[in-house]
Amino acid sequence: MDKPAVFLCGGCGLGDALDLEALRKRIARDKGAGGCSIVPCLCGELGRAAITAAVAANSRGLVFGACSARELAGAFAVEGCHVERVALRELCAWSQPPRTEDTQLLAEDLLAMGLARAQKATVPVPIAVEVARSVLVVGGGPAGMAAALGAARAGYEVDLVEVRDGLGGYLADFSVLTPQAAPFRDLEPCDLPEWITAVRSEPRIRVHLPARIQRIAGEPGAFEVDLEVAGTPQRLRAGAIVQATGWRPYHSSRLEHLGAGRSPDVLTGLDLERMLGTGPLRRPSDGRFARRVAFVLCAGSRDPAHLPWCSGVCCAASLKQALRIRELDPEASCYVLYRDLRTPGVLEEFYRRAQEDPGLFFARGEVAGVEVAPTGLRLALQASTLGDEVALEADLVVLATGMVPVAADGEAIRRLRDARALIARGEQGPQREAAERTVTDLAGHEGSEILNLAYRQGPDLPVLEHGFPDSHFICFPYETRRTGIYVAGCARSPCGLDEARRDGEGAALKAIQCLELCARGLAVHPRWEDPTVPEFHLPRCTQCKRCTEECPYGALDEDAKGTPQPHPTRCRRCGTCLGACPERIVSFPDHSVTMVSAMIKAVGIPDEFEDKPRILAFLCENDALPALEAAARRRVRWSPYVRIVPVRCLGSVNVVWIADALARGFDGVLLVGCPSGTDTQCHNVRGSELMATRGENVRQKLQQLALEQERVRLAELTIADQERLPALIDAFAAEIQALGPNPFKDA
Amino acid sequence: MSVGTVLVIGGGISGITAAVEAAEAGLEVVLVERGPWLGGHVARYHRYFPKLCPPRCGLEIDLRRLRQARGIRCHTSTEVRRLSGGPGAWRAHLEHGGRGVTESCTGCGACAGVCPVSGPDEREFALARAPALRMPPPLAWPAQPAVDEASCTGCGACLAACQLGALAPKAPPTTSEIVVQAVIFATGWEPPEASRFEGLGFGTHPDIVTNLMLERLCAADGPTAGRLVRPSDGGSIRSVAFVQCAGSRDEQHLRHCSAVCCMATLKQARYLREQYPEAEIHVFAIDLRAPGRGELFLAEIERDAKFFVHKGKVARVEPDPASGLLAVEAEDVLAGQRRRREVDLVVLATGMAPTSGADPLPGGLKRDASGFLLPSQAEAGLFACGCAARPSDVAGCTRDAAGVVLRALQACAQVRHG
Repeated sequence: MDKPAVFLCGGCGLGDALDLEALRKRIARDKGAGGCSIVPCLCGELGRAAITAAVAANSRGLVFGACSARELAGAFAVEGCHVERVALRELCAWSQPPRTEDTQLLAEDLLAMGLARAQKATVPVPIAVEVARSVLVVGGGPAGMAAALGAARAGYEVDLVEVRDGLGGYLADFSVLTPQAAPFRDLEPCDLPEWITAVRSEPRIRVHLPARIQRIAGEPGAFEVDLEVAGTPQRLRAGAIVQATGWRPYHSSRLEHLGAGRSPDVLTGLDLERMLGTGPLRRPSDGRFARRVAFVLCAGSRDPAHLPWCSGVCCAASLKQALRIRELDPEASCYVLYRDLRTPGVLEEFYRRAQEDPGLFFARGEVAGVEVAPTGLRLALQASTLGDEVALEADLVVLATGMVPVAADGEAIRRLRDARALIARGEQGPQREAAERTVTDLAGHEGSEILNLAYRQGPDLPVLEHGFPDSHFICFPYETRRTGIYVAGCARSPCGLDEARRDGEGAALKAIQCLELCARGLAVHPRWEDPTVPEFHLPRCTQCKRCTEECPYGALDEDAKGTPQPHPTRCRRCGTCLGACPERIVSFPDHSVTMVSAMIKAVGIPDEFEDKPRILAFLCENDALPALEAAARRRVRWSPYVRIVPVRCLGSVNVVWIADALARGFDGVLLVGCPSGTDTQCHNVRGSELMATRGENVRQKLQQLALEQERVRLAELTIADQERLPALIDAFAAEIQALGPNPFKDA
Repeated sequence: MSVGTVLVIGGGISGITAAVEAAEAGLEVVLVERGPWLGGHVARYHRYFPKLCPPRCGLEIDLRRLRQARGIRCHTSTEVRRLSGGPGAWRAHLEHGGRGVTESCTGCGACAGVCPVSGPDEREFALARAPALRMPPPLAWPAQPAVDEASCTGCGACLAACQLGALAPKAPPTTSEIVVQAVIFATGWEPPEASRFEGLGFGTHPDIVTNLMLERLCAADGPTAGRLVRPSDGGSIRSVAFVQCAGSRDEQHLRHCSAVCCMATLKQARYLREQYPEAEIHVFAIDLRAPGRGELFLAEIERDAKFFVHKGKVARVEPDPASGLLAVEAEDVLAGQRRRREVDLVVLATGMAPTSGADPLPGGLKRDASGFLLPSQAEAGLFACGCAARPSDVAGCTRDAAGVVLRALQACAQVRHG
């Protein structure tokens, strides 16, 4: 490959802020550069012609000293070339005083850094994967059936796996539904039979039931799935997976105070559903007509002692049941006892309809308890619209219990298994004690496996919180931390029927995208269409297992010795493995430890400190860098002594770079990533957390070098911190200035 | 190899998501947005509930996907005037114009500050004024300015500032036509006219604001640079009343529950608490609706000693001449009587009205009693998603957008295979 050609843009104020000719001469002197030219406006016609000419002259590396990579992605993408965008506009012209020595030096350094990477980068060749264009749908309830039908109708093969002996999940017990369509007023007959017919008659869907998943090995595009269908093993291939395993009702046995288990006339909503077939409702205890039915909403929900969340559907479901009871027996009355009546959105119409029914009585308040008396049931109502302490008699009490997701916590199961294995090996001491505690704490996860993934990081999806296996539920709702596996319906979050079905279709779309991108050898979210794949130089691997532990997506398995076994299509190209590896064996074609080390080396360190320190900053390219560029757009200025290396994620920062920088004479190193914690905003879930844990390593390194700990700073900022980031940079630069020069400068 | 072309109408969170999801599934996409920048309502929010994270974080990733995608053509400052043709081949008549800035603009910013006239800034709900030549908000896309038609006098003072000749205020619109196999209506919602809500006093006092205005009063790029103060005098806030269901669940205005206002209020209560540790926060609500994991967010703020929920509807908001504050009169359903409370700031939690469009709708597409589009005319290849179809939070919109793209993919597959 020829040397990279460098182009400098003179537009957008660059020509005013910088001495471009001096810059051009400086770069042209670099032995690694294949020429450097100035174009008045690089994105204009002249610029495009110059770039085309360079490519025709066999340049396969291009360095554009112009605007940020956020701009004009199309105009500056050149097929078959490695393109390095150096944001001179945002990082120099817009954020530094024009025509000063410091600004000029900054531009020189940034260009030299871009050139250093371009010299080493190669043009990636997408991996070839033979993809199974079929989707495995796990769960045959409403979300699963919608996912299966949706994918099949879009032209994909589907294997639908259901653990029970029939399709439809709980819907099989329903005779009527809450309104699903405008005008959202009337009960609708249950449409499950039509859905089953549709699924059964769709030639692209193969239904497997009753079936369990024994094992899923492989990776997106090529999952190998072992099933046990009615006792018989079966193997199939799938390109991607939708997990729609649904929900189970909250254990009513824990609601003894509300009468559960103390009288056959205290039912759950699901129990009642099975009794709403035809004819008036009767009491299970004595078979007499149930003429006074009390619905206790939020039974065991919105309650830290039980389910802390609201299932969102119990209110509408109870209204439906009450109206159905009234339809079947006009002499019956129903009391709806609620804290807040939650029928969001257009279901308000249904609530309005229910309020019109003269046999439905609504009372706001807390149901403190249900007393089982020989004559019937007595509900104690507190702080209610009927009074402070009121008793209510009923023939039947219906507890509207909430939804618990049916999902397994893959990471917990793995910790449990590891702890068991450690005890079985006969280990003693504190490790054993810790393992025994783990076994006690996590015993509840025993036997909860669903997907049985043959993954080093555990057999099921990791959960974010409260047992829900999603990762970024606002912006990227179907994403999980296992590539190619998408969760839909109540397993992801409690939801009603219409939402579950739409959710199934959304997850099916993500599955289709995944297998199509795999077929082209490209990455999925968040580095969509990235053709690069990390390469592992295994002969140098010391089996430290850091990469296999830290990969946020479970992309790496291990052989018996602990050597990583990469699965390229599970990889999201976040670079966490590259950051984790102490032996520096992980490289992308356009991003590697060597490349960033070369960038660090390319920075000119002034011989003397002269109050002009040099600071290296690793900025997350998803949030911190755009925040800084937004500040630049408003012409906010910051210290000219900072040299920025954009990184895919803070988790991809290898501590060797920090050591390199300090050894080379940088006076400080700043790392800026996204906020960590439960409300994580890191697109790779825990980049900042990983960097923080690697911090110990950094501290030791600083100690070895006899350097102040203050020279390395880790900060968490959001993309909205467009004011704080420049201020943070300036404050850090001031602190470094106060600390004085890095003593290694002279070395 | 394209599997079909889909037109996405609306560049808010639903439309952006639909466009990128469709492109990633192999469809060709034409995304049309009426305004000068993508992002719709969410681009103006301070943060999302329940994570309290900045909307720009997710938008940035989506816009990056959108910028890189070869299969997406994006037209801002463009409207779909008419859909003709029929199932299998819808012909969309596009009208481009009103931006006053041409494609050759590089967003260099040389024209910033040269415009001599100004007008109320719609983006700030008239809480601020802005020059007629509007600069793009932070991280907006396209990162190019736009001319506000209403306030531009066509004086030409800006023309000399642009070396590229990219400014063309008052240029006549141009038109184009495209043919697509499927259309996704992601036309979103608009706030109802709050001054019509009888008794709630909007428009009579500057300290009676809507929830959308409060977002701007907290946003770092808003008119107060994120400092939440009383609009009347810039003073600090000791007490605030949130009026829930302002116009919602009300047959006079919005029949439906807007589904998000309760969570939005809880989120805004957190904004207030961050800036005023001692302020009293009063929420007046018929029902406080925090479904799903939103309940955990409610439970957290309920631990706050100065956060009060009053069950009942607000009947009246008016200035109290004696105290100089705002008096909120509401029924207390538990006590069975009316109560009056004085506060510094009143926030009306106004809901979502579906964006009205040029009816009659093509291809048998229909609206429900609230005006939301019925989800799909699958046979015709016409689909509604996000808040065009039902009131929904952002998470609901991003999920729905993916699901609707699957329908569009099916429609295109059907056209291909006949």
